[in-house]
Amino acid sequence: MPPDNEADDMAKTLYDKLWDAHVVRDNGDGTHHIYIDKHLCHEVTTPQAFEGLRLAGRKLWRRAANLAVPDHNVPTVHRERINDPISRLQLDTLEANVRAWDVPYIDLFDERQGIVHIIGPEQGASLPGMTIVCGDSHTTTNGALGAWAFGIGTSDVEHVLATQTLPLRKSGNMRVIVDGRLGPGMTAKDIVLHVIGRIGTAGGTGHVIEFAGSAITDLSMEGRMTVCNMAIEAGARAGLIAVDDKTIDYVRGRPFAPTGPLWDKAVAAWRDLHSDTVARFDREVRIDAGDIEPNVTWGTSPEMVVSVDGRVPDPDKEPDAVRREGMRNALRYMDLKPGTPMTAIRIDKVFIGSCTNARIEDLRAAAGVIKGRKRAANVIQALIVPGSGLVKRQAEKEGLDRIFVDAGFEWREAGCSMCLGMNEDHLNPGERCASTSNRNFEGRQGAGGRTHLVSPPMAAAAAIAGHFVDVRNF
Amino acid sequence: MKPFTTLDALVAPLDRANVDTDSIIPKQFLKSIHRTGFGRYLFDSWRYADGGGEAEQDCAGRPLREDFVLNQPRYRGAGILLARENFGCGSSREHAVWALQDFGFRCVIAPSFADIFHANCGKNGVLAVRLDGAIVDRLFREVAGREGYRLQVDLETLTLTTPDGRVIAFDIEDGLRQRLLHGLDDIGVTLGHADDIRAYERRRAMETPWLFPDREQVISRK
Ligand code: SF4
Repeated sequence: MPPDNEADDMAKTLYDKLWDAHVVRDNGDGTHHIYIDKHLCHEVTTPQAFEGLRLAGRKLWRRAANLAVPDHNVPTVHRERINDPISRLQLDTLEANVRAWDVPYIDLFDERQGIVHIIGPEQGASLPGMTIVCGDSHTTTNGALGAWAFGIGTSDVEHVLATQTLPLRKSGNMRVIVDGRLGPGMTAKDIVLHVIGRIGTAGGTGHVIEFAGSAITDLSMEGRMTVCNMAIEAGARAGLIAVDDKTIDYVRGRPFAPTGPLWDKAVAAWRDLHSDTVARFDREVRIDAGDIEPNVTWGTSPEMVVSVDGRVPDPDKEPDAVRREGMRNALRYMDLKPGTPMTAIRIDKVFIGSCTNARIEDLRAAAGVIKGRKRAANVIQALIVPGSGLVKRQAEKEGLDRIFVDAGFEWREAGCSMCLGMNEDHLNPGERCASTSNRNFEGRQGAGGRTHLVSPPMAAAAAIAGHFVDVRNF
Repeated sequence: MKPFTTLDALVAPLDRANVDTDSIIPKQFLKSIHRTGFGRYLFDSWRYADGGGEAEQDCAGRPLREDFVLNQPRYRGAGILLARENFGCGSSREHAVWALQDFGFRCVIAPSFADIFHANCGKNGVLAVRLDGAIVDRLFREVAGREGYRLQVDLETLTLTTPDGRVIAFDIEDGLRQRLLHGLDDIGVTLGHADDIRAYERRRAMETPWLFPDREQVISRK
């Protein structure tokens, strides 16, 4: 990092720099119009936005700034078989809209199709320094590239389609510093679950969180995306990580990335995408990477998390009345008793996938645990759903699919799948799942289903053992 | 957007913290391509006793959970939802606001809201009022203690008035207040600044040309 010689009050955080570069106008009332460089679309949150444009007789502001892909509803077994007519209509509506408005589109039968937050970075459609939005809260994933990326509602989707801007109020600057070395077997998922357990699901509300520290810079780009992906689960508007050599190496050669002299120019600019050393943050949290253990959630909010060596907590020991009631509701829903060791919790299903953990590194980590072993008899289904067609191809090239299939896992096509169960992959009432996704809310993976969030190696180990186990001695 | 000036409505209390948008409107109802009709699925798995409905289901004959607050006769027709911390966290789905609105809520009061949910309220003419936790606590007690508890909301004067005449002041950002009061269409306002947007694009195309490629990316099937 170059030395920063600015006076203290001139120093900027990474978020300040991204904000300043994108201000179109100051509206004088505390809001600014911010320019949006990239808008990613999927089928669930865009139909009403396109319809709004059409009804108002408006034009698309900048066609090429958009990229659309179907992901939430797509079947992961037979692509052509979409049995649910309502899902079909939503997918057809996306296709009709992108054709009518000439929006760049990766269709369901294209090998590059996948979860929108995975294909953005993979295609180089998401680049460092950009503002990136999508009608989906996990857009924060793209922040791993040093981009300011955040989820928006459908009205804002329409706003971006029509104007390429959004009127915004600046968020606060928060920094989470994770220093030290992660223990063996620990992953980016364990880091971010630990952070959420520490600061809570509203801990980042009103802020953009920059993740920093040696444990973050040591992560691969895939791991950084996992961390930024769940910034929203800490309530933050966005998650950010400074650009370094790893970022630039990751972006180089991607289909949408600049080439030739433009590449050199871009890289020179991207080198400045870090917080100045003396920049001030409104809030700062420090975490020692050595304290991070394999995490498992026990409740119905990502902050309800303990180490796999721990036990289900006791609401009676919680002093705050609202929290106590929340814990009781969660335990009732999850059908768990206080004091139960996490390793005594048996599971029915395993889901390895989602925009949190369906990149190639995640599949390699899961395969490393599964290799040569078999799924436990009480685990009725174990799904592996790659994040994109390209991740799938890479995994097959490395023979990971054989490892999974031989162990009794199902190897699927790319999509959101059982992360939210809008397609046919879901939990039935009462089923308990070890899942690498990001939300354990009531009914998230299927009405009445019970979700425990874990890392890919922890999910893999649970599938083999039939209950949660500590991957460190598995 | 329908303007919001004043509201005099029955208050329904939802005494849970961290209510997420998956609970407000479960995913199976997000398949609709329209903005209306979500009210019958609001809090679906809490309201109905059948373990969750299906998209486009007719809800008229579904069994209700008697103990869920919105099913209690005393809260029928409520227009104000009283809630706890971090209301609307999780998924960005604007359907959550559409469902609340379609059900009849035009105002939600809580000590804090998740950011995206708060923004989505503003886009749909739903007033999200942040109040101090202690004041919210007291409102919960008062609502429980008195059937037919109503609040008068006045966005001109930024006040809530309780049935016994106590006035509670609240604050929202002025830009948002103006938009709500006048029912302004955000996009129309922004397009009034089209020249600023074009000027920005010209400048950035010089400074960061890789973000404005001459040759627009074409995607052909692979
Ligand atoms: S994988 Fe899950 S969290 Fe990610 S975009 Fe799809 S549904 Fe949302």
